[in-house]
Amino acid sequence: MAVQVETSDAGNKLKAKDFATNQDVRWCPGCGDYSILKQVQTVFADLGLNKDKVAVISGIGCSSRFPYYMETYGMHSIHGRAPAFACGLKMSNPELSVWVITGDGDGFSIGGNHMLHVLRRNFDLNILVFNNQIYGLTKGQYSPTSEVNKRTKSTPMGSLDYPVNPGAFAMGCSATFVARSMDRDPKHLKEMLHRSYEHKGTSFLEIYQNCNIFNDGAFFAFTEKDKKMDNCVFLEHNQPLVFGAEQNMGVRIDGYKPTVVTLNNGYSKGDLWIHDEKDVFKASMLTRFFDDPSVEGHLPRPFGVIYSEDRATYEDKMFGQLDDARSKKGEGDLDKMIAGSRTWEIA
Amino acid sequence: MATKPIVKENVTIKFAGDSGDGMQLTGGLFTGNTALTGSDLATYPDFPAEIRAPAGTLAGVSGFQINFGSHRIFTPGDQYDVLVAMNAAALKTNIDRLRDTGTIIVNTDGFDKKNLRLAKYDDVNPLEDGSLDGYELIEIPITKMTRETLSDSSLGMKEKDRCKNMFVLGFLYWKYNRKMKETQEWLTSKFNQKPDVLDANLRVLLAGFNFGNTTETFTTQYEVKAAPLEKGTYRGIMGNQALVMGLVTAAKKAGIPLFYGSYPITPASDILHGLAAYKEFGVKTFQAEDEIAAICAAIGASYGGNLAITGTSGPGLALKGEAAGLAMILELPLVICNIQRGGPSTGLPTKTEQADLMQAMYGRNGESPIPVISTRSPSDCFETAIEACRIAIEHMTPVVLLSDGYIANGSEPWKFPKAEEIQPIEVKFSKSPSNGTPFMPYERNDKLVREWALPGTAGLAHRIGGLEKEANTGNVSYDPANHEYMVKTRAAKVAKIAESIPLLELESGEMGGDLLILGWGSTFGTIEGVCRELLAEGKKVAHAHLRYINPFQRNLETILKSYQRVMVPEINNGQLARLIRDHFLVDVIQYNKIQGMPISQSELQHAAKEVLAQIK
Repeated sequence: MAVQVETSDAGNKLKAKDFATNQDVRWCPGCGDYSILKQVQTVFADLGLNKDKVAVISGIGCSSRFPYYMETYGMHSIHGRAPAFACGLKMSNPELSVWVITGDGDGFSIGGNHMLHVLRRNFDLNILVFNNQIYGLTKGQYSPTSEVNKRTKSTPMGSLDYPVNPGAFAMGCSATFVARSMDRDPKHLKEMLHRSYEHKGTSFLEIYQNCNIFNDGAFFAFTEKDKKMDNCVFLEHNQPLVFGAEQNMGVRIDGYKPTVVTLNNGYSKGDLWIHDEKDVFKASMLTRFFDDPSVEGHLPRPFGVIYSEDRATYEDKMFGQLDDARSKKGEGDLDKMIAGSRTWEIA
Repeated sequence: MATKPIVKENVTIKFAGDSGDGMQLTGGLFTGNTALTGSDLATYPDFPAEIRAPAGTLAGVSGFQINFGSHRIFTPGDQYDVLVAMNAAALKTNIDRLRDTGTIIVNTDGFDKKNLRLAKYDDVNPLEDGSLDGYELIEIPITKMTRETLSDSSLGMKEKDRCKNMFVLGFLYWKYNRKMKETQEWLTSKFNQKPDVLDANLRVLLAGFNFGNTTETFTTQYEVKAAPLEKGTYRGIMGNQALVMGLVTAAKKAGIPLFYGSYPITPASDILHGLAAYKEFGVKTFQAEDEIAAICAAIGASYGGNLAITGTSGPGLALKGEAAGLAMILELPLVICNIQRGGPSTGLPTKTEQADLMQAMYGRNGESPIPVISTRSPSDCFETAIEACRIAIEHMTPVVLLSDGYIANGSEPWKFPKAEEIQPIEVKFSKSPSNGTPFMPYERNDKLVREWALPGTAGLAHRIGGLEKEANTGNVSYDPANHEYMVKTRAAKVAKIAESIPLLELESGEMGGDLLILGWGSTFGTIEGVCRELLAEGKKVAHAHLRYINPFQRNLETILKSYQRVMVPEINNGQLARLIRDHFLVDVIQYNKIQGMPISQSELQHAAKEVLAQIK
């Protein structure tokens, strides 16, 4: 269980609108960020969070305006560095519920290094990555998660670089909680926000978010009703990987190779891959379900909690060392420190 | 003893040998022993840039310099009176700064064919070709004599050879008429788990001493008496060590935990090491993934109410620039310690320089004033660190503290204070509002300082960030007039610090003379030494040394304008000189040396005399 910052008096439980500030929200009309903001405010209210015990820390980018719209403590910091500020805040006050808001550019390009280290160190904080596969605030350049050959103002003949796979990146960093959701599925998003909050350690939640101005429809294959169920597999712990509009498709492991099969066609649910969010090997493979949904026979894209592990947090271990030092040496004595071990008198 | 030792006023010794010869330890032990005699002293180590350059090479020479005397000592010394050279490379790299009539103590076993070749002496042995005529040359086969002393020891040859620095130390103890008891005690406590190593070190130390005794027919014994130091209890202190203790003390005096975020970099890493060892004081150290994360984590910790520090050297300060600007506009307390080294770029990591003053003052985008203070000597780091923290907290601002490699690794005796004598630092966190009035995070007091409002405090939820803020509310504002107002207000806040810092006092000399030598940082000892000598010659000179560079002290202009001329010596191309001209329109004379090493007393004295000669 993560830090407990619920209000003690259930009668004073805040509503979603109590987490909204008096500032005008300035995202483009129709932006996926609105949905995420609403779900976060709703979940904070559902969880009964005390707004004075929450800090929302962001970097730079469209998504990073988020703290200005949250009636909690917040810091809109500098590009890519939000995880570092959040770590420092956690080390000064581990009782706070800290939420890092970042995007695909902020989190994987300029801030890739900090993302790597916050994940492996496992501070007890929550990272929401708003992935829209484009740079919105700077008006439409390709991002580190953009598909190859993306044509933008900075890449008129198509982008050359292969995209970052955020889930695989997080697993590679030994993250203790990796999940994926989407702006257009409020119910699922709320569930994932709940799960992120409940995880003690760094939770990494990638949210597919539509930029309707510069990259409209980037995730429609996963978010729109007509294709969603055929292209997404919604993970549930201890349940088989079943998907498809008719729930008649599944994924099984053939040797080391995951393959898509049709149920009732020689295969039953008992033959399928059973999701185990505690299994690091399976989770790593799941993050590699990253096929282009337009390719025939592609693996479905997993949504839900891909991986969850209990591991001591950095700040708990750090405060543990401070306690150990005090119990071994006693509370520090300034005069002893200043004098050191060798002194002499001048008479 | 056959003859009485000759009394000398001061002596400078350079210990030089291969990285593996233990010269730092030998120098350190000799320093501790010297302190007990009551002489004043200053030391400076001279590390090779490479961690373990091949044995015997010029790049692998490690040195330690000590200057001690029966009068006040301000620097580790310009030239050496004695050079200890453990091998040919050590002689070659250090001979140029040996006084013309100086003494060379050589380990002749370090001058074989291989050593001569590695030192690029081209098979001509400098001990034999007459090139050292004029010096007093004391040739001792130190390796051989160490081995002979330990012929019956169970130690292996390598371990035996490792004792040869004790032979040198013993010999010097004899030469300077010292007692060895505390060194013997120190060795006993260090090697109490290794009786054969202890026995070997003690025997070789004694052998070195006795060698001096029995060969006194061809070498003289000297003595340096106690200096007229203030009465009291002293310890030896290195700059980074004093800085560490100053930071810990400041946190205690402020009553809040210390947080130190840093990324290892020469010569600042010892601050991280030092603070990491003080966990019983509640000190949190965070070795971040890079310089940027180090300062950002510190800002996060400051937001949470810790006394937040980040430490680095020049290249790291460059990386921290954007985040320092954020701390400035957030108006959160933060101390950025910059232990300067030779630049630009990677520059000269193990050499000293004062060339980051402009970077500290202006190295950020936009109008971004940050207070800058500097430390002048190893022991002064303690007080300067506390002062930096006091300014940061009481004025809600990042502060840059400038030290340098010369101060960081130098050492001197320190008459240390009692903790109770150090003034507390006032910390006032915002309290929860009692009457429902909305909290204004950027409301200011008469010093233009905003409040420190911690996340977790009921009723104060607010947002801060790097976008320009509306006055008082802190809400994002693009209003043109508000931006100008905020820029000017932040500048005025920093300028107002001048009202709460002490006035500048002269170090030596009097107001209204011919020449003021104005310095900052590690040039302190050199300038003070020069000034005292010139004053003794009856010259009308004075020395002022700046701790506060931004803002300057209120009376600096009056002091500057009371002299015919003002000279600013710096280990850079003229950075304080530029600031002084800019602020006060004073036509200062620059004296610059940019060789990765301190300005020597003799060269500065010569330059000052030239200026004095031109004054009618």
